[in-house]
Amino acid sequence: MEIFAFVLLAVLAIATALGMILNKNTVNSALMLVLNLVSIAGLYLLLQAQFLALIQVLVYAGAIMVLFLFVIMLLNVDEEESLLNKFRVKYIIAFLLAVVIFGQILFSLGGVTEMLPEISEEMIRIGTVEAIAEVLYTDYLFAFQMTAILLTAAVVGALMLAQFKAPDEKTEEEA
Amino acid sequence: MVEIDWYLALSAILFTIGIVGVLIRRNAIVVFMCVELMLNAVNLSLISFSAYHGDVSGQILVLFSLSVAAAEAVIGLAIIIAIFRNNLSVDIMKVNLLRW
Repeated sequence: MEIFAFVLLAVLAIATALGMILNKNTVNSALMLVLNLVSIAGLYLLLQAQFLALIQVLVYAGAIMVLFLFVIMLLNVDEEESLLNKFRVKYIIAFLLAVVIFGQILFSLGGVTEMLPEISEEMIRIGTVEAIAEVLYTDYLFAFQMTAILLTAAVVGALMLAQFKAPDEKTEEEA
Repeated sequence: MVEIDWYLALSAILFTIGIVGVLIRRNAIVVFMCVELMLNAVNLSLISFSAYHGDVSGQILVLFSLSVAAAEAVIGLAIIIAIFRNNLSVDIMKVNLLRW
């Protein structure tokens, strides 16, 4: 049952990821990414990380992707005529580079899996809100506070960037 | 349970798809979404390591990575809007002021 769920979610995740990068329409790409994020949230559930699965759906698939869709609709971007029209050499190089990086990741992860400790069934169940909060608000309290400062800085920075006016825009207002 | 190798392989595949997307797409927003995909692939491997070690620290790290991703999305989209105002396009091939 668990293997079946894993295969289903994994195939869904890979298919939607491919659909995202191969889709000409930007809105469709964004919706594919939402599906991808939801299937990864399902994988988190399989790994007993209930809290993070919830946060993944709320923050990523909810808030961040809505922001993306808003920007896409705000900018009213045209569809790209074709993905593979020119620079064919570039795509070949990109593919080769991706294969090399994929090999590197597999190579570096391959040695790690043999060093896993023996753990009991109870130790796997660590993803509850209670367990995460207990560590987050004791050992990682400082980092947690820094996150608050980071988010505040991001909001202020985004406002500053979005308020920026191009020179010609300014002269139009003055005229 | 499913072996951890499968989760790591899935994470590597998703990360590689994200890299291919960053390299071949010309729309800045899609490139940005591919970066989000790569962040998610890393999060998946962090959570699988956390689960198979029985240690909650990996999940805490994912929580921080999520908040950094949120901040990054806000700033990145603001930059894309600023670029669009100047160029009237989000094609990254047209952003070439610093190119030699």
